[in-house]
Amino acid sequence: MAKAKHWIEPHPQGIYVRPADIWIDPSSPKQHAVVTHGHADHARGGHGDVWATPETLAIMGLRYGTEAGTPVGYGEGFERGGVRFSLHSAGHVLGSAQVLMEYEGERVVVTGDFKRRPDPTCAPFEPVPCDIFITEATFGLPVFKHPPIEGEIAKIFARLEAEPDHCLLIGAYALGKAQRVIAELRAAGWDKPIYLHGAQVKMCALYEELGVSLGELRLVMDTPKEEMRGQIIICPPSALIDKWSRRLPSPVTAMASGWMRVRGRARQRGVEIPLVISDHADWDELTGTIRELAPKETWITHGSEDGLLRWCELHQIKAKALAMIGREDGDDG
Amino acid sequence: MRGFAALIDSLIYTRSRNAKLAAISAYLRDTPDPDRGWALAALTDSIDFPAVKSSTIRNLAGTRIDPELFRLSRHHVGDTAETVALIWPEAEDRQLSDPTVDEAVQALSAATRATAPDIVASLLDGLDSNSRYALLKLAVGGMRVGVSARLAKTAFAQAFDVPLDDVEELWHALDPPYAALFRWAEEGGKRPDLSTTPFFRPFMLSHPFEGDSLDLGEYAVEWKWDGIRVEAVHLGGETRLYSRGGDDISAAFPDVVEAFDRDGVIDGELLVRGTDQGGEAASFNALQKRLGRKTVSKKMRQEFPAFVRVYDLLMDGEKDLRLLPWHERRQRLEAFVPKLNPDHFDLSAVIDVDDFAALETMRAGARDAAIEGVMLKRRESLYLAGRVTGHWYKWKRDPLNADCVMMYAQRGNGRRASFYSDYTFGCWTEDGELLPVGKAYSGFTDEELKWLDRFVRENTLNRFGPVREVKKSLVLEVAFDLIHESKRHKSGLAMRFPRIHRIRKDKPAEEADRITTLRGMIS
Repeated sequence: MAKAKHWIEPHPQGIYVRPADIWIDPSSPKQHAVVTHGHADHARGGHGDVWATPETLAIMGLRYGTEAGTPVGYGEGFERGGVRFSLHSAGHVLGSAQVLMEYEGERVVVTGDFKRRPDPTCAPFEPVPCDIFITEATFGLPVFKHPPIEGEIAKIFARLEAEPDHCLLIGAYALGKAQRVIAELRAAGWDKPIYLHGAQVKMCALYEELGVSLGELRLVMDTPKEEMRGQIIICPPSALIDKWSRRLPSPVTAMASGWMRVRGRARQRGVEIPLVISDHADWDELTGTIRELAPKETWITHGSEDGLLRWCELHQIKAKALAMIGREDGDDG
Repeated sequence: MRGFAALIDSLIYTRSRNAKLAAISAYLRDTPDPDRGWALAALTDSIDFPAVKSSTIRNLAGTRIDPELFRLSRHHVGDTAETVALIWPEAEDRQLSDPTVDEAVQALSAATRATAPDIVASLLDGLDSNSRYALLKLAVGGMRVGVSARLAKTAFAQAFDVPLDDVEELWHALDPPYAALFRWAEEGGKRPDLSTTPFFRPFMLSHPFEGDSLDLGEYAVEWKWDGIRVEAVHLGGETRLYSRGGDDISAAFPDVVEAFDRDGVIDGELLVRGTDQGGEAASFNALQKRLGRKTVSKKMRQEFPAFVRVYDLLMDGEKDLRLLPWHERRQRLEAFVPKLNPDHFDLSAVIDVDDFAALETMRAGARDAAIEGVMLKRRESLYLAGRVTGHWYKWKRDPLNADCVMMYAQRGNGRRASFYSDYTFGCWTEDGELLPVGKAYSGFTDEELKWLDRFVRENTLNRFGPVREVKKSLVLEVAFDLIHESKRHKSGLAMRFPRIHRIRKDKPAEEADRITTLRGMIS
């Protein structure tokens, strides 16, 4: 007799929860969707009913102008088709959540994206015991170990001190990374205005509105060139070598991303100061979390699944890779 | 090791030449001997540990980490040394250490094939990730941090405020860690004695001739040959062949090296004999087939036999002639060259010409593939290192020109990273098809670059990574020194030193040159 299909089905376009007729992070418009967080490879516009944290709904509203969905706070939940859903903090960006589903006595957790490091702009990761752990593996290779963030932030200050006539331009993804870098700069004592590329403004304002204070922010476009010498400027990674950067006074370019751990990646981008700052779990966090939760099975959604799969095999942990599309190792590393 | 690792990383992450110079200079000033000497040797690939190979460290990694995880990681990172540096497991109770570069060098030097893995492993165990990277690069070589030997020497000269020419000269005579070099530079001590060591003496260089006329009684005339400038040294029983930058290229030209068997130092042009030209010098294109090779096959030696056309004599036996005037050196040169094997050495002739007008005619008429123009040398000139004004002039023949159409554009590097500054251009076939004939990234002003960048952005048809295909509407007048046949481009042509001469906004693309016209310019 063929084995009955599991009630959770991985599809290239997302995870389908059959008894509830709900998709998790679908990459194309669906009638019912749970969205783990606001990054574009997880949150798309055009769904019918959406369940997500209030913060994620606000971010989706800003990005897609979508109609409101059902807000679900951390630790809260709802039931549908016999499946009990609840959301738990993932520590990835503001509002990011893991989805716990309980059905016929089985507990399944979908992490979305997550990290274990402290982040002043969002709630910390909550370990949720489960039978099946469905995890990301963006940095699923043992070369990826994110150093402590203090050392990375110190690189910025050291350079500004060594070259006070330059400005320091940091490429950082508009949702999450930019605000985390700003908050860490503030925590390290930088109280001067921080200058923003136009594409960063709305998301920073939303973070402020949601209670994350970022200090004084100014728009590059409204600022005379000379005023920005010795200052810190944040822009989307794509703008680092864009025409836009010509308005800045001798910029030194930095980029905040877990990919900066690899020298070739930083060089490809022409980055002078690689900042290894990531909103994803590194190798030790991924493998440590699997050890800690000790699920019966681990399913891997996206990233370097080969590496994590191999590690599970070596440690006799039952695991499989799900072929997901639309999850790219882009700039949100 | 940490200081050295920081230097390596700062060189990796900057593309600015000045920033690289500043970083190396500061390191050389602030670091004690012999660490700074070893660092200098590592940067210029002048140090080798035969017992430690890339395979040594790959196999070593396999003893600490699952080989499959290593393979996947190596594939992602793209560099074995960096992968090992990043992946090396760090024991929780480990004691971080910071050995000197010298300690690392001593340990690596003492390694044999059998002991190398343990020696490298015990070093790696105590280091942080960046230091591991620096150690592994030091051990297996191939830093690839964008530092040429010339740049390193320039940084040395800047660090201690000593003449670059002196550094050039002494550098090649000394071995790492160059203690005598640092002592001399820092303390102003006596120059090390070099009378019988084979080493590179810096070349005397020329300025472009920009005047209207010159007294040929005062200046002698020679052809300027289009090969590569070399210095051949035979002293103390050893022979070396050096390129313009002082790199030892003996291995690529064993035929020339073996044939140079008289004590002395000559300056000349390395050329390849063209079989189809009655044994005369062939084009630079032919010489390129032999450049950059680590070893050279017998077939290569036969098909592209190399020889030196000798310009000058720097040392005759152990006697240094450099402070004699050119005409006296020339006399000795004319006696020296006939004693050498004529298959591999001949004399660059002094051209007998009546007056300057006659010289102009002759220069304009010279279209031999191996002639780049003429040299004018003051008869009283001493052999002075570097580009000293008033003594030697190069007078290249006028460049060739063609009207081409811009086809593709690519972003530049460093300061130009936000500009589309590298242009591929083409000419028309008889069937009205546009085929690429060359690529240029210079010759325009900053204002013109801004204009060209805007043109590219506003006329993009397709994007291929960093490359944009543009609408075939802009005519560029391209200047180049030579054009020759090449299998590299579909057009079958390749230009030497192409640069953008003018932007022809006035000219319709259909009126740009045809490939047949360019073909007619092949000399």
